[in-house]
Amino acid sequence: MTQLILTLALICLAAAAFLVGRRKAIGVTGGRTSILHSRPVYHGWYVALACGLPAVSLWFMVLLAGDWMIDRTIVAALPGELREASAPILQRFLNDAETLAAGGIPTIEITPELEAAAASFRRLTLLERWVGFSAAMGLGLIGAGFAMRRIDISRRTRQPVERVLLIVLLAVAAISVLTTAGIVFSVLFEAIRFFDKVPFLDFLFGVKWSPQIALREDQVGSSGAFGAIPLFTGTILITLIAMLVAGPVGLLSAVYLAEYADPRHRAVAKPMLEILAGIPTVVYGFFAALVVAPALREAGIMVGLDVASESALAAGLVMGMMIIPFVSSLTDDALAAVPDDLRDASLGLGATHQETVTRVVIPAALPGIVAGFLLAVSRAIGETMIVVMAAGLAANLTANPLEAVTTVTVQIVTLLIGDQEFDSAKTLAAFALGLTLFMVTLGLNVVALRMVQKYQEKYD
Amino acid sequence: MTDMTQPATSVHQSDTSRERLRRRYGRERSFKIISVSALGLTALFLVILLGSIVLNGWSGFLTTKLRLEVTYSTKHLDVEDPANGNFRMIILDALRERFPDVTERRELRALLGIVSNRGTWDVRDALLDDPSLAGGSLELWLPAATEVDMLNKGYVDRSAPEELRLIDDRTIAWVDAIDEADDLATVFNWTFLLSGDSREPELAGVGGAVLGSFWILLVTFVVSFPTGVGAAIFLEEFAPKRRWVDVIEVNINNLAAVPSIVFGLLGLAVFLNVMHMPRSAPVVGGLTLALMTLPTIIIATRAALKGIPPSIKDAALAIGASPVQVVSHHLLPLAMPRILTGAIIGMARALGESAPLLMVGMVAFVVDLPSGPTDAATALPVQVFLWADSPERGFVEKTSAAIMVLLVFLVAMNGLAVYLRQRFEIRW
Amino acid sequence: MVESADTRDAPRVKMRTRRLKLWYGDKQALAGIDLDVPEHRVTALIGPSGCGKTTFLKCLNRMTDTIDGVTTEGSVTLDDVDVRDRSVDVVQLRARVGMVFQKPNPFPKTVYDNIAYGPRIHGLAANRRELDDIVESSLRRAGLWEEVSGRLGDLATGMSGGQQQRLCIARSIAVAPEVILMDEPCSALDPISTARIEELIDDLRTKYTIVIVTHNLQQAARVSQMTAFFHLGRLIEVNSTAELFQSPAESMTEDYITGRFG
Repeated sequence: MTQLILTLALICLAAAAFLVGRRKAIGVTGGRTSILHSRPVYHGWYVALACGLPAVSLWFMVLLAGDWMIDRTIVAALPGELREASAPILQRFLNDAETLAAGGIPTIEITPELEAAAASFRRLTLLERWVGFSAAMGLGLIGAGFAMRRIDISRRTRQPVERVLLIVLLAVAAISVLTTAGIVFSVLFEAIRFFDKVPFLDFLFGVKWSPQIALREDQVGSSGAFGAIPLFTGTILITLIAMLVAGPVGLLSAVYLAEYADPRHRAVAKPMLEILAGIPTVVYGFFAALVVAPALREAGIMVGLDVASESALAAGLVMGMMIIPFVSSLTDDALAAVPDDLRDASLGLGATHQETVTRVVIPAALPGIVAGFLLAVSRAIGETMIVVMAAGLAANLTANPLEAVTTVTVQIVTLLIGDQEFDSAKTLAAFALGLTLFMVTLGLNVVALRMVQKYQEKYD
Repeated sequence: MTDMTQPATSVHQSDTSRERLRRRYGRERSFKIISVSALGLTALFLVILLGSIVLNGWSGFLTTKLRLEVTYSTKHLDVEDPANGNFRMIILDALRERFPDVTERRELRALLGIVSNRGTWDVRDALLDDPSLAGGSLELWLPAATEVDMLNKGYVDRSAPEELRLIDDRTIAWVDAIDEADDLATVFNWTFLLSGDSREPELAGVGGAVLGSFWILLVTFVVSFPTGVGAAIFLEEFAPKRRWVDVIEVNINNLAAVPSIVFGLLGLAVFLNVMHMPRSAPVVGGLTLALMTLPTIIIATRAALKGIPPSIKDAALAIGASPVQVVSHHLLPLAMPRILTGAIIGMARALGESAPLLMVGMVAFVVDLPSGPTDAATALPVQVFLWADSPERGFVEKTSAAIMVLLVFLVAMNGLAVYLRQRFEIRW
Repeated sequence: MVESADTRDAPRVKMRTRRLKLWYGDKQALAGIDLDVPEHRVTALIGPSGCGKTTFLKCLNRMTDTIDGVTTEGSVTLDDVDVRDRSVDVVQLRARVGMVFQKPNPFPKTVYDNIAYGPRIHGLAANRRELDDIVESSLRRAGLWEEVSGRLGDLATGMSGGQQQRLCIARSIAVAPEVILMDEPCSALDPISTARIEELIDDLRTKYTIVIVTHNLQQAARVSQMTAFFHLGRLIEVNSTAELFQSPAESMTEDYITGRFG
């Protein structure tokens, strides 16, 4: 919290520099600001940047490097046996010292060592903050003073300010790329560590998945407990059920909206689909577990079928409901892109509306519709909450929708919720699954987006 | 080949053609009926979904209280410190007075069980408000335990065999007696809206989760909005048309379709493992959701900037504005309503998102209300997830009620987006 | 090209409109049109843009039904039966009164499937052989057979604009219509393609009754036997093409054909 306030203080300093700079720029002209090369506001920004940039950068560097140095100092001061402890224990000790220093309750017993560490932690943090902050403040003031001296009528301050702005914009634009790179690297890195423990092919083609047992017997990999095939089949089964619901219903709804509905009906139906699309997935998950699964079970008992209480069918049906608006809106877009010329041509030949739709409009829109379906499949594969709440944990290798199956996303959540050690195969397996999920959905998305793009170009 | 040289009547007027036409119209009708039913089915889904939530959840906003005449007898109080007294005994005495025939220890404990644990605090707080009560007595409305609450709301089947009920015949008799004396009331459940989580359904509230969601969304917005708008401005107005800009573009479109749980993995790996940020803190959840929301905001901003006619840009450039001035003085203000609309819709999506938050440890059981972005907290949808897992009957209505709260926020945000769109959007 | 024999014999009236009025919403587009379309003749509709000639054309096969907010009044008859009568079905009407549009609009299907579309939906062929025959004869009639006989399986959208438009004509012939309506069929084409289509129109006249909207006066003079001049939703003058162009009765017609406005 203190860090935040101090950061804000530096930003306030820069804001003050802005005001002072702008005022001076107006001052040097004697009120006739039009003789300035750059507008006063640029002079203000110029001074603010000269002040804020070095100050804030220094401050952040202090914060980043300082924490590391504090940890090192404390570890160095520890008694021998603690200093030699393994990295996770040491890390936990440091975290607890930090908690204690902040007045919280540590997870381990309070020992004199811990109290000493907490005390030095408090002292060093204070030191780090005030020395770092004063230095940043000083640097900011020097920068501002330097920039102030350079303000005069012919000074070009617009160009440097705009250049800084463009660099900032470029940097934020790059964040999206960094995010992708971050996903790829973080997931890939952990996944590679996983494949050190469990052979890649055993993971991809193994038919037995029971990470818990493997952990308890401390016999990772050799038991073949990380075979992901049951997860893949479970995911495919649920996705298939979902698409069997969402495909026809979404497609036909879109056909009705695009081809038959008058504006009044569209005005009712469109928001309805938007509501359905806007309902959080956790709500669908709750609905599946509370209403759909018991209902299916009852229905199963009535006709003499044994339906698992966490059946693939329940999860798939509800996921299908969730995806309907997605399919319908993408199909609607695809149908709307078909030029009216083709409809007129068909109607002009004496085709009925239905013949026009099924024989001309839908075939013409097919690439767009298929792309929409692919995106929906990708959505279904990556959907988490519904399956976490309504599908089971049992990794059954089955194609029977009445049985419980588990999916890739369910296992990721299960493996990562709760306390985790970052070296166990159990935790790392989640990243291997995440990598698989990412690759598959990325592949589907790339293909689908390219299809959509080509399709739209065709009728532009 | 049939004779095409002017038949006496057209082939289209023959009887076979008429018969065929009848069938074609039949198909037309059925096709239309099937299409409408698809939409109708969707509507039915929505009605069942919302209906079951509301039916299960409305009672979550209500709670049962019972009236007791409590006597602050000094033998249970600490003279030095009024906050330190045996308030359980005070409640028990009050109950004993009402049911004098209950004497056995086990029975007495069961009798005390009809009042929620929270009742002791209420009794204490009344004394703290007015220390002169010591030795005197006061009429208080105390929260009932969840079983009594369920019974009062009619969720307990009285005709079911006793061993299958969560409340036994004896307790039902007590509650009925209290009810007959008009000392049982159903009131609005402020606790539900204002408190944090609890193991006791009657004390659990969404207040903590709402605050947690607020801090998360604040972080998400503060990070993703300027970044997203800046990135979009750069890509749309300043980026050279080169290959790597196309790469960024394709990348953003794909990022928008990456499953949210993958962003959770990223948050876990980067913010928790590498940067050692605190688990369960809104700041981590907010940053994770910010990365997820970023593509949405970039896409919305670019669409908004694209929607502005080039003539405005040309006009501003022609009077000597620099490209940066064109953007900051003309394009950005004109595009702002659509940008905000897109951003609000992105925020609404982030509000409903739970999978990535599970990954960064926001599934903790948090009783206290988070007072800042670094306090341990949970989010509204995650609270729904947590309660949905609880076996107690009392949490079913709480889960549905929490969903209703969540939906109210979502409706409000989307409503705001629609309002902005209609109020400020300029059609060119 | 105008044959004197045609203009001497009084031909049978194939289609007839009486007091035909049409509104788009509350904006009136046709103000009471009385026009007789003679059988086996080419009738050209001319006039400045926005004069209602295309709207009038669409009334003849009720393509106006597909536009929201259109109301009509008056009568349109085909062989003396009102096309808006309950007994007349719009699908059947459009099979009998075909239409060729301004912009060539082949379906994104093969050449064969484009032509076969109409016969298939109307059930005009009992088997594949008959369908092949219809496709071939339609393409021959449209003068396209020589060019595409080897490429029946190619996508029609890959052909040149002129070929596409002749394909569209072949597609409407394949349904065996009695009347063919053409809405500026050559406006999107180059002069050579235009000339080929004009020849084709003249050929088709022996079997079909043709109504053509054109903004090109020379074209009207070249291909039609009857010409109707529309202005601001009114039918100003209708006469044999020769008469109308040589000695227009109305001064407004004269102003238009001599290029003073339009």
